[in-house]
Amino acid sequence: MPTVNLTYREALRACIIEEMEADQNVFLMGEDIGRYQGTFRVTQGLFDKFGPKRIIDTPIVEPGFTGIAIGAAMTGLRPVIEMMTMSFSILALDQIINHAAKIHYMTGGQAKVPLVVRGPGGAANQLSAQHSHSMEGWYAHTPGLKVVAPATAEDAYGMLRTAIHDDNPVIFTENPGLYGVKGDIELNSGFSVPFGKARVARQGTDVSLIAYSRMVSVCEKAAEELEAQGIKCEVIDVRSLLPLDTETIFGSVAKTHRAVVVYEDWKSGSFGAEIAARIGEQCFDELDAPVARVGGLNVPMPYSRVLELECIPNEANVIEAVQRLS
Amino acid sequence: MKPNQESPADLELYYRQMVQIRAFENRCNAVYRAGKAGGYLHVYIGMEATAVGWINSLKIGWDYVITAYRDHAHPMLMGSDPVKLMAEIMGRKDGYSHGKGGSMHLYDIEKGFFGGWGIVGGHTPLGAGLAFGSKYKGEDRVTLNFLGDGAANAGVFFETLNMAALWELPCIFIIENNEFAMGTRLEYHAADTELAKRGYPFGMKHERLDGMDVLQVRQDAKRIVDWVRKNQKPYLVEVMNYRFAGHGAADNDRQLYRTKEEEDKAQHRDPIERMEHYLLKNNVMSEEKMEAIREEYETWADEVMEKADASPHPDPSEVYDHVYTDMEPEKGH
Repeated sequence: MPTVNLTYREALRACIIEEMEADQNVFLMGEDIGRYQGTFRVTQGLFDKFGPKRIIDTPIVEPGFTGIAIGAAMTGLRPVIEMMTMSFSILALDQIINHAAKIHYMTGGQAKVPLVVRGPGGAANQLSAQHSHSMEGWYAHTPGLKVVAPATAEDAYGMLRTAIHDDNPVIFTENPGLYGVKGDIELNSGFSVPFGKARVARQGTDVSLIAYSRMVSVCEKAAEELEAQGIKCEVIDVRSLLPLDTETIFGSVAKTHRAVVVYEDWKSGSFGAEIAARIGEQCFDELDAPVARVGGLNVPMPYSRVLELECIPNEANVIEAVQRLS
Repeated sequence: MKPNQESPADLELYYRQMVQIRAFENRCNAVYRAGKAGGYLHVYIGMEATAVGWINSLKIGWDYVITAYRDHAHPMLMGSDPVKLMAEIMGRKDGYSHGKGGSMHLYDIEKGFFGGWGIVGGHTPLGAGLAFGSKYKGEDRVTLNFLGDGAANAGVFFETLNMAALWELPCIFIIENNEFAMGTRLEYHAADTELAKRGYPFGMKHERLDGMDVLQVRQDAKRIVDWVRKNQKPYLVEVMNYRFAGHGAADNDRQLYRTKEEEDKAQHRDPIERMEHYLLKNNVMSEEKMEAIREEYETWADEVMEKADASPHPDPSEVYDHVYTDMEPEKGH
């Protein structure tokens, strides 16, 4: 099979095409995904390829179309719905959290909801307060959902396949800053990345930097700079929040004895805080320093680029946190 | 009552079904009062003719039904096991959801009964999604999407109506207008009390219908179900009925929102009594036979309750089952 160099966006699209060709029950639904080609162009060309029956432009009503997708999933279809941004999925929380996540449980296993909810989550470029949410922590708090946040094009391609094949509702969050990131993809290979397996993005011995989605590359860059200072960081790409691969995380902490959890979401009450708590609970004897966190500032995302950049964790924030531990 | 073209056997069937539902619901109230059911429990007493008329118009095992939390009658009419329903209401292991759902969350997916939902209006897009699924696959199923008059104000319901009409989904929205959204009377919760008009802005066929005369309901339901099956388009009906019971088993303050006189007057519309009057007047059934049937279901309901009560409570270890299809959640407190 040919290996091609694709962007994260193209990798997602390639996976969608392969899965739609393989299974008639897979269809897409969302706002402006068809005729308009998708706000972030993930679904570009799919309307012409698959037609209006399987690439469905919806009205701008997240609760309604999410509910319809859930109902369709209960009949055995495999809807992949796009949230134009994950911030808009807040409208559909009732459908996602109070319906989809609980159906298998409330029915005592009678019904399944093979649904994928995907879309950009986190800040892009001056989209300001209502379009910049990181929603993954809200979802990863909810039993019954699976939540993933791939950081690379390869994982976007491989994890979307796993999501589409999964019989449970999956939240698939894509940071808008990642859509242009490139990776080598082996097309039509059936390549998939299982959920619940973290990736060691960089080996190191002194500090574990634990992140997901776009913050993985921030950590990698920080690790490069720190190496010049003689500090060897291990970077763990969590990539699957629920289920969470604590084995890999704890294994890394047992090796480095220091941990910094890095995430774009608001610092307080986020899923990064959950990871930090688990390390504190389970790895106390291994730690040579308190578990540190680098998170987004606890403010609504401001419009000004200067202020926005102040909110989103960067390499300098990570380096500073690591230096405080040493 | 409506002059009918129904056979004596069908007339007896509708009568039996209504009596059976009422006996079951009365037992549910007793079970609740005895502390053998907890949480919220909503009975269908007074509204029996609606579900009987509509569900008898379906192809059972093929068509889909979804409703809110007043959900005991619908699965029973679709052939679900009453003991398993009662066991679920009592939170037992042998219930349809093994004690994970309860009264508000009954499901019998095999029979086409999709619940059983607790968020007012929240299930209405799910019902449209069932219709979406059958249409996508090229099947000729019909989905009955029951909701109450309270849910007819929900934003997600309007969103759903728009998409159902836009995509021509074979879904019948049945607003069971029992005149109360919990304890708030229709004219205090709806700017326009003619709820059938909810279909109008979406170009959806819509009618206000009677829900207390089972023969009239049956005739309307058959006509509309057949139309939707043939045309594969949505339909909206407002069915006028009345809830004799309180909103839920815990609602002991009905006089806060309606008078005793109003309730007494509504009793004259009792679908069961009206049917009895009809059967007697038309020499279909004697008073003795009706008495025997009522007795039969009283005994039956007692047996159902006893059998359900014999089912064990779930084992604490089952708490993690069915959170996911293929894995367990994080365990422990």
